[in-house]
Amino acid sequence: MSTDILHEVTQGDYKYGFTTDIETDIIPIGLSEDVVRLISAKKNEPEWMLEFRLKAYRHWLTMKMPEWAHLDIPKIDYQSIAYYAAPRKNAPQSLDEVDPELLKTFEKLGIPLHERMALSGIAVDAVMDSVSVKTTFKESLSELGIIFCSFSEAVEHHPDLVQKYMSSVVPYTDNFFATLNCAVFSDGSFVYIPKGVRCPMELSTYFRINAMNTGQFERTLIIADEDSYVSYLEGCTAPMRDENQLHAAIVEIVAMKNAQVKYSTVQNWYPGDKNGKGGIYNFVTKRGICKGENSKISWTQVETGSAITWKYPSCILLGDNSSAEFYSVAVTNHHQQADTGTKMLHIGKNTSSHILSKGISAGFGQNSYRGLVKINPAAENSRNFSQCDSLLLGDKCGAHTFPYMEVNNDTSIVEHEATTSKINEDQIFYCNQRGISTEDAVGLIVNGYAKEVLNQLPMEFAVEAQKLLQITLEGSVG
Amino acid sequence: MEQQYIDLYKQQHESIKKHSAAVMNDSRDDAFALFEALRFPTVALENYKYTDLKEPLSIDYGLNINRIPIPVNPYEVFQCDVPGIHSYLYFVVNDAFYPVNEPRNKALPKGVIIGSLKEVATTHPELVKNYFGKLSTTKNDGLIAFNGAFAQDGFFMYVPKNVVLDKPVQLVNIMRSDVDFMANSHNLIILEEGAKAQLLVCDHTVDEVHFLSNRVTEVFAGEDATYEHYKLENTHTKTTNLSTLLIDQHPSSNVLANVITLHNGVTRNTIEIDLDGEHCETLLCGMVIGDKNQQVDNFTSIIHNKPNCNSRELFKYVLDGMAKGGFTGKLYVAKDAQKTSAFQTNRNILLNKTAKMRTKPQLEIYADDVKCSHGATIGQLDETAKFYMQSRGIPESEARLLLMFAFTNDVIENIRIPALQDRIKLLVEKRLRGELSKCEGCVICQ
Repeated sequence: MSTDILHEVTQGDYKYGFTTDIETDIIPIGLSEDVVRLISAKKNEPEWMLEFRLKAYRHWLTMKMPEWAHLDIPKIDYQSIAYYAAPRKNAPQSLDEVDPELLKTFEKLGIPLHERMALSGIAVDAVMDSVSVKTTFKESLSELGIIFCSFSEAVEHHPDLVQKYMSSVVPYTDNFFATLNCAVFSDGSFVYIPKGVRCPMELSTYFRINAMNTGQFERTLIIADEDSYVSYLEGCTAPMRDENQLHAAIVEIVAMKNAQVKYSTVQNWYPGDKNGKGGIYNFVTKRGICKGENSKISWTQVETGSAITWKYPSCILLGDNSSAEFYSVAVTNHHQQADTGTKMLHIGKNTSSHILSKGISAGFGQNSYRGLVKINPAAENSRNFSQCDSLLLGDKCGAHTFPYMEVNNDTSIVEHEATTSKINEDQIFYCNQRGISTEDAVGLIVNGYAKEVLNQLPMEFAVEAQKLLQITLEGSVG
Repeated sequence: MEQQYIDLYKQQHESIKKHSAAVMNDSRDDAFALFEALRFPTVALENYKYTDLKEPLSIDYGLNINRIPIPVNPYEVFQCDVPGIHSYLYFVVNDAFYPVNEPRNKALPKGVIIGSLKEVATTHPELVKNYFGKLSTTKNDGLIAFNGAFAQDGFFMYVPKNVVLDKPVQLVNIMRSDVDFMANSHNLIILEEGAKAQLLVCDHTVDEVHFLSNRVTEVFAGEDATYEHYKLENTHTKTTNLSTLLIDQHPSSNVLANVITLHNGVTRNTIEIDLDGEHCETLLCGMVIGDKNQQVDNFTSIIHNKPNCNSRELFKYVLDGMAKGGFTGKLYVAKDAQKTSAFQTNRNILLNKTAKMRTKPQLEIYADDVKCSHGATIGQLDETAKFYMQSRGIPESEARLLLMFAFTNDVIENIRIPALQDRIKLLVEKRLRGELSKCEGCVICQ
């Protein structure tokens, strides 16, 4: 019916595929103990940080890359990647000092880094390649006692907090990519919300890989102390390149008693061209812990980019009455592959979790949902509801679900349902009848399908996410 | 623990082959090589995540490689005939087909062959050769490979073109030994075009020793054939039952497989149904009632290779005591299998704190014009329903039973032999009341 439209629309260009011509400080490619020491030295890190990195590196040498995911990952040569790339100029003191080229980049990306920031009221920490470039609104946040800075600054100024919480949710032995990150991570964001504080604005980080042949290894640590609230946004882009680039990040969230953390991400790494050439390998470990009673963590993700995505934002529900949510829209087009989902580990009593995952596959895309809901014997009266739906657009794509449910007591209820279908011809016909073109109709239907998740996003992101969905998919009906 | 079997095969492969048939021996060395490479599966393997065989496999079992006849009168052992069921009755003792002179079996329709696989492989080598191992040798599984290396005999059934078996065939597997014992058997069931058959497989154990049964059953359902497979397990807690059921469906065939586990030790049912023709119908269902230390893992795959097929899957578990349940339901829809409709449901009830359930429904879909869904729940009996009954004068214990019985009834209703349905209803009720710890009527329970 609409092969032309399908063809046209699935060619949708990656509009973030520019490179920025600014000087970067790249260390030679390859990975060794010396490289780990060099990264640590470049960042003037204290001894304990270097020790941590080396411990992780030595452990990493004993590990093998996981193969269980429903992904076809070409062999990655870890010795051909540069593990550190930084814009040459040292940390700017004010916006005027920021490299104008860099500011232009962020403008192209549409990040409101400038005065526009004040209007949109977002505090942004922009991470380019490996280094955190500028954190805005730091002063006004610090009046409330909120710490929002780059990870290296946190290591320098708040070593006690970093030492206490870093790696407490994702241990350095956790998995292959997390361990690699622990050894070579370059920078990232650090957020601390003190007791009883409700963060007045959305905190946001933008990640961009710019230099060629580099990997990006950032880590984010968010700590919400008792009775606090924070909403954190993360966005990512990368230029178009023929080679694949590696992104292996760690995000850790700690929510204390009565605290609430809302984490939203729109992942738009370069997905490779329509023949599957190039693109980012996005192998990310994200995990939160509801440490105190009544705490809550909510993950929302819109995954439209990356050649390969391997990502399972999880929650450990340790505190009694704590709750967790996971909302996800994952789109795979062309030759993109995604194996994504969540893990909910119920340990405390009366804990609840809700999973809503919407997968959309088009072209040759392979989209998998993989999730685990585990109820420990002590987690009495726990409740989980999971729903994962898949939408297939085209006859060469695939949609898969791998949910695991493990229940160890008799007072908990776990429910899971999944459906797979394509866009109904009747629905399209109905829209056509009323003068809506097929392309618009598909846009309507896909947006309606993903709405439950998009509604969870903060306003600024929801608009971007909706646009992204349209760019990648509108009209691609099989 | 594999080493002793590897050594045993290396020393004894001549006598293993001598006491089997040429057709079965053809693939034996390859199966052994595969087993040597794969070894016994452990929980580290994704497909065996919920089946822990470490303990049952560490027991030192005896094998009857030289096929010494075991003195047993199956009729003495087996008295729990299903009342009202008229069937053709056959016995397998351990791993050998047991020849009995059963008068009712004389009425078998013409052309139907039922008997020992080893013997039929000698008398009709061409027939067996066309089918034997066609499904099992392609699998990359340690247990199936082990079976391929050690199985010497089994049950064979052949129903020729357009022949309809008027009565169900009842196959009674009896485990009988004075020492801990392992039996490997290979069953082969062939239904030609338009044939119809029902097979009822019952598993029983006689002696209070450890048994391990590793059985592979291959079923070929020809075009338009209708096949019903019922497996009822009622063994004791020292039994390890590793059963692989591989079914190949040709166009327009209709298969029903119903796997009921009432009492057991460790059970692993691997069921794979390949839909290799258009317009196939498949109904796969099962039920588990477990308590004490029972472990049951049903690992099922339904593979839609061709368009226009329908499959439905329904599994229900009621777990109490320290029972551990596992369920994996894989639904695979190949690239060109358009217009597939496949639905899967798995519902589980945990009755106490120590029972455990792990479930993993799994959809893998490569075609776009399909309707597929799965649903899984793990929970408890409905408190409001129980309260409703109690408020109308039904005691709590009775209300619980009624609810559990209603829960399992969906599976029982899919049994298409009325007499068997009644019998299983009775057995399930008894089992739920805790009255039935072993199969009624066996020598052992008297």
